[in-house]
Amino acid sequence: MTKTTIPYEEFAYPGSTGCPGCGANLVMRYLLKALGERTILSIPACCWAVMPGYWPSHCLKVPLLYTAFEATGAAISGLRAALDVKGVEDVTVVGFAGDGGTVDIGLQAMSGAAERRTDVIYVMYDNEAYMNTGIQRSGSTPWGAWTTTTPVGTNHGFKHESKKDIMSIMQAHGIPYAATVSVAHPEDFVKKAAKAKSIKGFRFIHAMSPCPPGWRMNPMHTVEVARLAVDTHMFPLYEIEHGKVRITRKGKGLPVSEYLKAQGRFSHLTAPEVSAIQKAVDESWKLLLAKEASGT
Amino acid sequence: MVMTGNYASAYGAKLSRAEVIAAYPITPQTSIVEKLAEFVSSGELRAKFIPVESEHSAMAACVAAQTAGARTYTATSSHGLTLMHEVLMWASGARLPIVITNVSRAMAPPWSVWVDHMDSIAQRDTGWLQFFCQSDQEVLDTIIMAYKACESRSVMLPAMVIEDAFILSHTSEPVDVPDQELVDSFLPAYAPELKIEVGKAMGFGSLVKPDQYMEFRYKAMQGMEDARERILSVEKEFKHIFGREHGGLLERYRCDDAEVVLVAAGSVASTAKDVVDAMRAKGVRVGLARIRAFRPFPHQELRALGSKVDGLAVLDRSYTFGAAGAMFTEVKASMYSLQRKPAVKNYIAGLGGRDITPRTLEKILEDMLVVSKRGAEDEVEWVDVAGLPRRWR
Repeated sequence: MTKTTIPYEEFAYPGSTGCPGCGANLVMRYLLKALGERTILSIPACCWAVMPGYWPSHCLKVPLLYTAFEATGAAISGLRAALDVKGVEDVTVVGFAGDGGTVDIGLQAMSGAAERRTDVIYVMYDNEAYMNTGIQRSGSTPWGAWTTTTPVGTNHGFKHESKKDIMSIMQAHGIPYAATVSVAHPEDFVKKAAKAKSIKGFRFIHAMSPCPPGWRMNPMHTVEVARLAVDTHMFPLYEIEHGKVRITRKGKGLPVSEYLKAQGRFSHLTAPEVSAIQKAVDESWKLLLAKEASGT
Repeated sequence: MVMTGNYASAYGAKLSRAEVIAAYPITPQTSIVEKLAEFVSSGELRAKFIPVESEHSAMAACVAAQTAGARTYTATSSHGLTLMHEVLMWASGARLPIVITNVSRAMAPPWSVWVDHMDSIAQRDTGWLQFFCQSDQEVLDTIIMAYKACESRSVMLPAMVIEDAFILSHTSEPVDVPDQELVDSFLPAYAPELKIEVGKAMGFGSLVKPDQYMEFRYKAMQGMEDARERILSVEKEFKHIFGREHGGLLERYRCDDAEVVLVAAGSVASTAKDVVDAMRAKGVRVGLARIRAFRPFPHQELRALGSKVDGLAVLDRSYTFGAAGAMFTEVKASMYSLQRKPAVKNYIAGLGGRDITPRTLEKILEDMLVVSKRGAEDEVEWVDVAGLPRRWR
C-alpha cells in the first residue's frame, strides 16, 4: 500500500456547524493538517465565522481571531506585527475568508497586506456566492449561475458577468506564492499549503469549496463535483511561484456540461449557453497552458 | 519643548511605548503619524509601523495586534474616524484598551478641513472613552493617562484623545515632555490577562446566543462606569509624579458663586477662561465648566454644579439633526433629577472652523444671564450664522 502524504493529525475537530457535505470543512481540515499547531487564524464574516460553534465552543485546535467582513488583510497584518514586535517566531498567520470577503468587500485590505509584503498566508475558500447569508451573487460567482440575487426569470435571469480572476489579481501584486487547491485533490492541496508555509512573504491560496445548498446539489457529491471542476478545466489546479506558472493537475479535459449538469444552479442553461461557457473555459485553459509554457 | 498638538500626540504615544502603530494619512492628522514613522525609523521607538491602506484597516490592525498582546496606537480625523466606526465598536466589544488621537474636524459635504466636533460626537455610542483636550500639554498627558486608565482590569476599554483641528493640531505651545523613566514608572508594560497565542485554542469574538450577548454588554457598561473613578485616580497619581492635572471628567473654572456657567469642550475653553476672567473683573459672576470626558459623561459633576447656578449655557461645536447639540442633550438630562433646576440653553457655534471669538462667548454668557431670569425664546440657538437677526461678534 502506498504511504499517504497527508498528515494523520487533525486540527479541525468534529463540532463544526457546517452544512452536510460542506466543502469549506474539508478546506479547513486539509489546510491545518499542512500548517500544524503553530498557526493563528483570522476569519471575517463568512460561513466559517459561524462554523467553529457558539461561544465558548471552538472546534479548531488553533486560536482564531474573528474580524469584520472587509478587514481580514488588516487583521493578519496586525497579528503579524504584534508577533514580530514581541519576538514570537515560527508562527504562521493565516487569513481565512470566503469569496465575497476576498474578491469583493475584502479586496482592498488584502491588496494592502499583499503590497506591504506582509508575511502571512491568505486562504480564500471559494463557494462562488455569499452562502452564509443565503446564496447571493458575489464577484466570484461564475457566468450562468443562479443565485437569489440573480434569479432565473423571463427577464434577464442568472448571472451575466464572469467570475473575477483573483489569481491574476494576486499575481499582479508580485507575491512569492499563489496556488489553487481543490478538496478533490487533498495531496496536491496539502503539498501546496506546506509549500506556502515554507515561503516568506504574502502567500495566497484559492480553494475551490463546493456548497451543496448553494450549488443545488446532493451533499454526497461534494468531492465528485470538485473533481469535475478540475477535470473540465473549470477550476484548473496550478501554482505561481515567484511569478512562474506551473499546472499541477492537467485533468481529463471533460466537457464542462459534465460539471454543470451536476448542479441545480446551472439547470436553466440552454445548449448555446453551455457552449458559450465551454468556449470561455477552453480559452482560459489555453491561456494558462501558454503561461506555463512561457514561464510567466 | 515647543511643539504642535500633533507632535504632542506623537510624543505621548512614544512615551507610552506603543508597540504597533497602524495609520493612514488624513489632514490635519498627518504630522502625528509622520513623526511616529520617524521615531520608529530612527529606532527611538521600538515598534512596528504598519502603513495601512485605509483607516478601517488601521483600526482593524490595531484590534488584531492588541488582541495579540501589543500596546497599539493610531491617529485619524473626521472621515477617517467615521470610516473606522465599525471597528471602533469592535475594539470596545473586544475590551481592548487601544488609545487613539482624533484630530476633530468637520464632515463633508461641503468639504472642510477645520475644527468641528461632529466626527467625534458621532462616535459617542461606540463604547470608547472620549477626552476633549484644551492644550497641547493636555494632549500629551492624556494619552499616557488614557493607557493607564484603560488598561486597568476593571476598565479594559479603548480611549479617544481629541484635539481640535489646527487650533491644537497645528498650533505650537510650550510642552513639557516628561522623562521616559518617569513615564515607565507610571505606565508599566501592557500585560493583558488574555491574548491570542499559539497553544491556546480559543476563538476571540465568537458567535454568542441571545442568552449570552447581554452579559457581554453589561460587563462593558461596568467597565465604562468603573472608568469614572479610574480616570480620577490615575490623574491623581499622574499629578503626584508629574505635577500636572487637567480637571478629571469635568474641569470647573471659577464656578464657585457663579450665576451662570458656560459648558464647553475642547480648545474653546482656553478662550472662555479669558472671557470669564474679564467678565469677573467687571463684577459679573460667570464661570466655565469644561467637559473633558464626554464618555463617560460627567453627569454627577454637572448635577453638583447645576444645583448651585441659575443657568448653564451649553456650547456645542456640532449638531445632532432633529434634536440639538449632543452636549446640551446630555447636560439637560443630567439636570432632570435636581429639585432646583437651572435654566439650560444650547448655543451651536464654531462649526467647520468658524472662529469663536471672546466677544461671541461674552455675548453668549450675557444672553444666558438674561435667559436664566426670564427664560429663553429658543432652547437651541445657532450663533453667528448669516441671515439670522442677532449679531454675535
